[in-house]
Amino acid sequence: MFSFCSDPSSLDGAKWLACYLTTGKHMAFYGSFITVMVLLLVTAPAALLFGFAGAMAARSRFLPLRWFGKSYTAIVRGVPDIAFFLFFVIALDQAFEYLRHKIKCPDWDMPVRQGNDFVVCPQAKLPLSSSPQWVHETYGFLIAVLTFAIVFGAFAANVLYGAMRAVPKNQLETAEAYGMSRRQTFWRILVPQMWLYALPGLSNLWMILIKATPLLFLLGVEDIVYWARELGGSKTSAYSYPHPDWRLWYFLALLVFYLSLTRLSEIVLGRLTKRLSHGQATIGGERQRRAPA
Amino acid sequence: MSCLQTIQDYGLRSIGIGERLLPRSDFTLCEQFTLIGSGLIWNLYFGVIALFFGFFLATGLAVAKNANRWWIRKPAEWFIFLFRGSPLFIQFFLFYEAFVLLPKIGIDINLGFVEITAETRWLTRAWLGAVIVLFLNTAAYTGEIFYGALRAVPKGDVEAANAYGMTGWNRFKRIIWPTMLRLAWPAYTNEAIFMFHATTLVFFSGFPAWQQKGDALYYASYFADKTFNPFIPYPILAGYFILLTFSVIGVFGLINRHLNRHLPQEKRRKIQFRPQVIR
Repeated sequence: MFSFCSDPSSLDGAKWLACYLTTGKHMAFYGSFITVMVLLLVTAPAALLFGFAGAMAARSRFLPLRWFGKSYTAIVRGVPDIAFFLFFVIALDQAFEYLRHKIKCPDWDMPVRQGNDFVVCPQAKLPLSSSPQWVHETYGFLIAVLTFAIVFGAFAANVLYGAMRAVPKNQLETAEAYGMSRRQTFWRILVPQMWLYALPGLSNLWMILIKATPLLFLLGVEDIVYWARELGGSKTSAYSYPHPDWRLWYFLALLVFYLSLTRLSEIVLGRLTKRLSHGQATIGGERQRRAPA
Repeated sequence: MSCLQTIQDYGLRSIGIGERLLPRSDFTLCEQFTLIGSGLIWNLYFGVIALFFGFFLATGLAVAKNANRWWIRKPAEWFIFLFRGSPLFIQFFLFYEAFVLLPKIGIDINLGFVEITAETRWLTRAWLGAVIVLFLNTAAYTGEIFYGALRAVPKGDVEAANAYGMTGWNRFKRIIWPTMLRLAWPAYTNEAIFMFHATTLVFFSGFPAWQQKGDALYYASYFADKTFNPFIPYPILAGYFILLTFSVIGVFGLINRHLNRHLPQEKRRKIQFRPQVIR
């Protein structure tokens, strides 16, 4: 990175540290922070979408759909989330491959499950064994995003379901009295008003989502935990470094990263709550109305 | 091999009693149920120990955070922020690495009748190291819950205690603490449930499973890896954990009833399962 790094014998102290922290591997480490942020930014809306669908299913008038919506939230909440992460990664992968297998190789006569193996025809493999490295990595990342969205969608569904029920009943009755259909009432009256009630739960969920991101490591994505272990360890899967075990320092750096991320979110969400309760007929809104003493 | 034989061989496998080798092929449903259930012993152990000791530290933290003097308040605030603001997963890694770096020494402890040697390498084992992390973590979360409840103790209760001439420890023990517990209990129940869920992280976060003695999720993922079929072991695990969740709600509900026994029926607060999920 720096010109003085080319001569190793001249390095000491701060100069050495500057060179050490800008090696190619460390650049990959910094890149993985972006992976985590991208995951957060992609997952949050996806989980919200899943949650919205789940909440809509849970209050549907069609009984099986309502059962589905309720059991979706109940099961995901009753079981350790990490079990879901480990489960969905394999299950989703096999489901996709099985679907492609059915479409691409209709005349394949062997069973898909042979003892302890899961065998699909070579064309149905995901990603194809001939595809380049980045396709494999992106596919892994997408599976991880989908898994996060399913699990956090259940939590979001719970929050949104509660928020929908918190909207004052007479608002909905008034809408009905004006002759709005059920659908119109839902989209024009209920949905715009529910966000204020959902915000505390959703901001809690966002903090939880931040703290769940290191689990990416378990899903096989090369995230910050992966690189912290690789760079800090004196012996890793591929290399043995001349330095002793430095993983403690790398994990300390991760700790600081997460602490600042949660602290920052706390401040931003606090401001957002203040903004949203402005002019609302709640205690928070009422407090803002008064002139500061 | 009959199912009874399997239970004899693997029922206590997770604590090192029974068959040494795990089953390698032709897994039966019985084997999966038995081994995953056997791993649940570890989840129970981690959860119960951490919750028990965490309860006392949490009470201390809540009182400290409520203190007027800054040199008592600030450390408690920082402790809670540190453990609530960072992922449990990272905390496990961090503590494990720190424990590994400790010098390998033994400290002789004389218990009067017998002398045991406490060794620092125990800290790198899950049974002690992971319990310490879980203990500190749950103490921080519970401390925040208790702190919130402490602030919500009705003013009249404290004034009444003052009028009776109660002060200091006596007032805390007889008036403030029971009310704080009563107010905090529904939230604390959820914390306990998620404590048990969090115990599944232990063997996936640095702490090695020594001689394949692992927890329920460790065995479930073992089966899923070997059979490449996640649709059997994980639902079994889910079933066990749903049962565990129900029993936690049951036990905590009984304590809740005890705490609320002096109140009229309609004022009692029911426990609602309102999860806060991962740390």
